[in-house]
Amino acid sequence: MDHIYLDHAATTPVHPEVVKEMVPVLEGIFGNPSSVHHYGRQARKILDQARSTIAHSIGANEKEIVFTSGGTEADNMALLGVARQEQHKGKHIITTSVEHHATLRTAEYLEKQGFEVTYLPVDKNGFISITDLENNLREDTILVSVMYVNNEVGSIQPIQDIGELLKEHQAYFHTDAVQAYGLLSIDVNQLGVDLLSTSAHKIYGPKGIGFLYVREGIQLEPTQYGGEQERKRRAGTENTAAVKGFQAAVELVNNEREGRNHQYNSFKTIFMQGLKEKGVSFTINGDSQHTVSSIINLSFPGTNVESLLTNFDLSGIAASSGSACTAGSVEPSHVLSAMYGSNDERTTNSIRFSFGIANDEEQVKTSAEKVADIVNRLTR
Amino acid sequence: MEKEPKDTRVVVGMSGGVDSSVAALLLKEQGYDVVGIFMKNWDDTDEFGVCTATEDFEDVVRVCNQLDIPYYSVNFEKQYWDKVFTYFLDEYKSGRTPNPDVMCNKEIKFKAFLDHAMSLGADYLATGHYARVREQNGQYQMLRGVDDNKDQTYFLNQLSQDVLSKVMFPLGEIPKKEVREIAKQHGLATATKKDSTGICFIGERNFKEFLSEYLPAQPGKMTTMAGEVKGNHDGLMYYTIGQRHGLGIGGSGEPWFVIGKNLKENVLYVGQGFDNDHLYSDALEATDLNWIQEVNLEEPLECTAKFRYRQKDSAVKVYPIGNGEVRVEFAQSERAITPGQAVVFYDGDVCLGGGTIDRVLKNESYIEHLA
Repeated sequence: MDHIYLDHAATTPVHPEVVKEMVPVLEGIFGNPSSVHHYGRQARKILDQARSTIAHSIGANEKEIVFTSGGTEADNMALLGVARQEQHKGKHIITTSVEHHATLRTAEYLEKQGFEVTYLPVDKNGFISITDLENNLREDTILVSVMYVNNEVGSIQPIQDIGELLKEHQAYFHTDAVQAYGLLSIDVNQLGVDLLSTSAHKIYGPKGIGFLYVREGIQLEPTQYGGEQERKRRAGTENTAAVKGFQAAVELVNNEREGRNHQYNSFKTIFMQGLKEKGVSFTINGDSQHTVSSIINLSFPGTNVESLLTNFDLSGIAASSGSACTAGSVEPSHVLSAMYGSNDERTTNSIRFSFGIANDEEQVKTSAEKVADIVNRLTR
Repeated sequence: MEKEPKDTRVVVGMSGGVDSSVAALLLKEQGYDVVGIFMKNWDDTDEFGVCTATEDFEDVVRVCNQLDIPYYSVNFEKQYWDKVFTYFLDEYKSGRTPNPDVMCNKEIKFKAFLDHAMSLGADYLATGHYARVREQNGQYQMLRGVDDNKDQTYFLNQLSQDVLSKVMFPLGEIPKKEVREIAKQHGLATATKKDSTGICFIGERNFKEFLSEYLPAQPGKMTTMAGEVKGNHDGLMYYTIGQRHGLGIGGSGEPWFVIGKNLKENVLYVGQGFDNDHLYSDALEATDLNWIQEVNLEEPLECTAKFRYRQKDSAVKVYPIGNGEVRVEFAQSERAITPGQAVVFYDGDVCLGGGTIDRVLKNESYIEHLA
């Protein structure tokens, strides 16, 4: 059976160009970048070059990039680092109810440690309100963390407006840009963000590498202790080959971003057209305008996530849902619950399809047909 | 025309135990298109966020990866609560001893789960039950598993023709010992896993404690049939007819047993001796009858029956008494017939069907304390 991958928001295949760049490092450059000899310098050079490319990709300088093991670690580092460093100024944090669990669970942990966290609600399209944020800002607010692009529905939050609002406030501004990086053009100064998380494996790079942008001058209490790597901000020997792969992935984005966006948008259109032609009844979760090109989240009334995903997989279609359904437990999507209320049936009958370079038009057409057949069979 | 095994999709209900693991293995070896599905019916998540389902699902994942078959999970907590657990509590409330496994097979495994399997394009649903299905002239028969000690037809007595036409029991022809051997030979992750015991949602926990979380206990008097007070009971629902342990009656003479209940007066009847006369009856009446295949009840049906799991068959005669109910007369008087449990009928190895024990009789009259 042919399998079609429509789950690029979960992770992406490593781009062949990325593999090509990584192999020589894996084969030949094994030195520890901290070592004071030839081997160490070889590795260090790779880190420096990558750091430069990556810093430029978001309008930052090299000193502001801290390599991490990925998005989750970057989010943890931002929240825990600021909270612990700034707690003398206040113990109030603002985030949203639709963040990735890497942020939400960390915020919940901080609540247990005595911090107060405000979770901003979102509207039916998944957006927070700036006024709402403004009303919740307090003198003791030390951090505002709002994701750039939601991983389930693709909605793009008004990051620049938030940055503007926070200009005159002591609170640092963190954004989880894991789903934005590679699709949106990002300039940290224009956006007014102080901290920004990314991950390589969402942009056709390897797993196990990401970075946290930390605006110059901001001190973070480290989340792990050991050597003095990453300017004492992240102990542990750097993953040189992965860093090289991350750089290659970022370089590809710099050249291909517009083309990719154009293509993914057309996939979206073709996909929905295919469903409509087969008479499938569905609704779109989230906004159709302020959303990224690659993600589309659809609700199929009269179905449920378990049946849909199992049927899709058995027909060779790989998609996913925000509802966790491992080990038989169905947790309704927290994002859709925040948008529609937890009793809304959309929280349990919605599927996220996310397109990427693993797809072509033919595949998208085929998958629309297969999805339509399954939904029609289940709702017949 | 029959489909080739490779074009025949079989969904296997996998619990993470050795039986369903081997069931999946055997079907895979026979060349079927096997899909493993884990079913979650009960949430026992503790205060640390740990639940047994997570561990069991991990075992399903490991076995399915060893067999190279896809695996998924499905949740029937709501259906289980509505159809099985509610019945379970209601029966205890009326002083009876329910059989949730029979109900779970009827309403969940071979209804909700079967429907789910069919919605996935399955041709058959398979489970690790020890039973056999045989087709004869378009009629389906359910036979005991060849391992007499493991035979599970008792729990499957409510299955219909339609259900049997869609199920496979790959372990029916194999003794349990051999199932373990097969698992070991293939190095299955669950080869040495302990069999689960007890009622699935209670697991290893204390039964009394569990029940008290859901039903208020009403302590009362423990008396002989003659009315002599022998102590206090903790609540009638905690006791089963014929039970010896946990009564706390000392003194000389033969041990004491539960011989009946008076729900109205909230009295637990006790009597001395395993063979206490009050425990014996010679007939019962059953409701919720399901006949797996057509039986002729114009004449009294002579067959054998089981009144509880893992009991030897007894010779009986079955008479219809209207409303789809039957009276079952025993060739020899029987000890501790328990209302709420299943009575299951057999003709040799063929399971004819069964029902729920509702009333117990002796010398043509109902035994009040066993009602």
